[in-house]
Amino acid sequence: MATVALSTAQSEPGQTAWRRFCRHRLALAGAVIIIILLLGSALGPYLLPFDDTYIDIMKRFAPPLSGAHILGTDELGRDVLARLMMGGRVSLSIGIVAMGIAMAVGVVVGAFAGFYGGVVGAVLMRLVDAVLCFPSIFLLLALAALTEPGLVTTTVLIAATAWMGVARVVEAQVRSLREREFAVAALAFGSSNLRIMFRELVPNAIAPIVVSATLNVANAILLESYISYLGNGIQPPAASWGNMLNNAQIYLTSAPWLAIVPGVAITLAVTSFNFLGDGLRDALDPRMNIS
Amino acid sequence: MARYVLNRLAQAVMLLVIVSAIGFAILHLAPGGPLSQFAASAQMTQEDLDRVTKQLGLDRPLPIQYLDWFGRMLKGDWGRSYRDGEAVLSVISSHLGATLELMTTATIVAVLLGCWIGILGALRRYSLFDSLATVGAMIALSIPTFWFGLITIYVFSVTLGWLPAGNRETVGDGSFLDLLHHLIAPAMVLALVETAMWGRFMRSSMLEVINQDYIRTARAKGLPEWRILTVHALRNALLPMITVAGLQFPTLLGGALVAETVFTWPGMGRLFLDSIGYRDYPVVMGILMFSAIMVLIGSLIADILYAVVDPRIRVG
Repeated sequence: MATVALSTAQSEPGQTAWRRFCRHRLALAGAVIIIILLLGSALGPYLLPFDDTYIDIMKRFAPPLSGAHILGTDELGRDVLARLMMGGRVSLSIGIVAMGIAMAVGVVVGAFAGFYGGVVGAVLMRLVDAVLCFPSIFLLLALAALTEPGLVTTTVLIAATAWMGVARVVEAQVRSLREREFAVAALAFGSSNLRIMFRELVPNAIAPIVVSATLNVANAILLESYISYLGNGIQPPAASWGNMLNNAQIYLTSAPWLAIVPGVAITLAVTSFNFLGDGLRDALDPRMNIS
Repeated sequence: MARYVLNRLAQAVMLLVIVSAIGFAILHLAPGGPLSQFAASAQMTQEDLDRVTKQLGLDRPLPIQYLDWFGRMLKGDWGRSYRDGEAVLSVISSHLGATLELMTTATIVAVLLGCWIGILGALRRYSLFDSLATVGAMIALSIPTFWFGLITIYVFSVTLGWLPAGNRETVGDGSFLDLLHHLIAPAMVLALVETAMWGRFMRSSMLEVINQDYIRTARAKGLPEWRILTVHALRNALLPMITVAGLQFPTLLGGALVAETVFTWPGMGRLFLDSIGYRDYPVVMGILMFSAIMVLIGSLIADILYAVVDPRIRVG
């Protein structure tokens, strides 16, 4: 933020973007909640006297707020809050890392397709269209069923079903800019194609990339929760917000908090990232300046 | 028009080829490839496996195998289920009805409710209703569908006892009312996300239209406001919804899968998960390909329909 505060007329666009973002109160609230969730998952387990995998059969199904366990215990007597925090580490990391991979793949595919056009562009973009034909949940579950479940596979597979949107955005942007003067000038200066693509053209698409990255995290958290809920994602005893819901349906009558607590965490995280993405879109999209 | 349709059809065929190539590649990713079921069995020696590989033509080069597989797929031979040897296509079609029932009900609810919310939100932009609808839609899009299903079961089945907790019908009953009773919860859960989507798209489409010059002209002519809204604005604002329906289709199908798993709804989604559990790869692949082809056809229909109602598209 220092740059925004210090600079004068030069950073007008950045400044208005920041002001517009701040006016978007829900996006701000989303950002705050995301920070709380990240800090809580990162530091929380150190402050808690319970281990997330410690099984205490004598204390099974303790309801929330009944003694030492703030959010109660699960079917094996494990502390739900400890599992929620450790699960948050897993779920949030998967969301963020999967987004990173998806963005990297999407940007590279989009940049190459848009820059080279012709056969290369057509083949790459038809590949994007083809992958988009598969409903992402079906594709994800089929791939998950064919591979060993685990942290790395789950992350990579989620990324594999989420890179297409950003590829389309980057492709359109690069294609429309590659004949512009600054790109031609860079070529005349002897810049390599790679340099023109990633230093001159792709940065112009940074606004939509940031927005779709944020929404991508939300989507990745949702996908992780679903495949872990079905048992094809993160494997117990490690916790994730999704696999905490694994057995929740069986105990819905006797221990509803086992279903409610992780679901609220997922909804809170996903809603926050979605609101943040929405606010960023309003703040960064220059077309919104008019209205 | 004919040229536009032919052009779109050619694109769709090309996409189908790429889609099938992806499907074929995934099939060969399976541990043990297409023979994984036999490879896992202790009764088969390596010699048997080699012989079966030859018999099934799996020792041929991959491109030839792919062409063979693609050809059989076009003829409707999608292989047989590992579980009971039934043809994959007939297994899928016997589960399709339940899924379509769920999807149609949810779509009808979502289109009516979503369009109403979207139109009202656009007309009273930034009103309390509009703000609540916008925030509500965002939350609805963020709630994990399967978890919302669990909560619905907890509230309406476990606590209140109003609705059944799953399945499509009570065994031995199956009357219309019984079917309807079972349909309510899963359809509503699926409709939640869809309503939010339709509401958002409808709102922005309506906003775009009511700021157009021809609406101002209509006002200047002194037409009554209801006539401007229904005849001039709504008709044009509804057109892009055809495209939305096409774009929405994959999400709808994925949502149906999720709703089916929570409510043990005996449709394609449930079948898909059961088949994954049994490592019944032919059926898994069949459903994957089937859903991709449904999406492909859905977007083709949406594109052609849009060109029919909006002549500007055909020229481009």
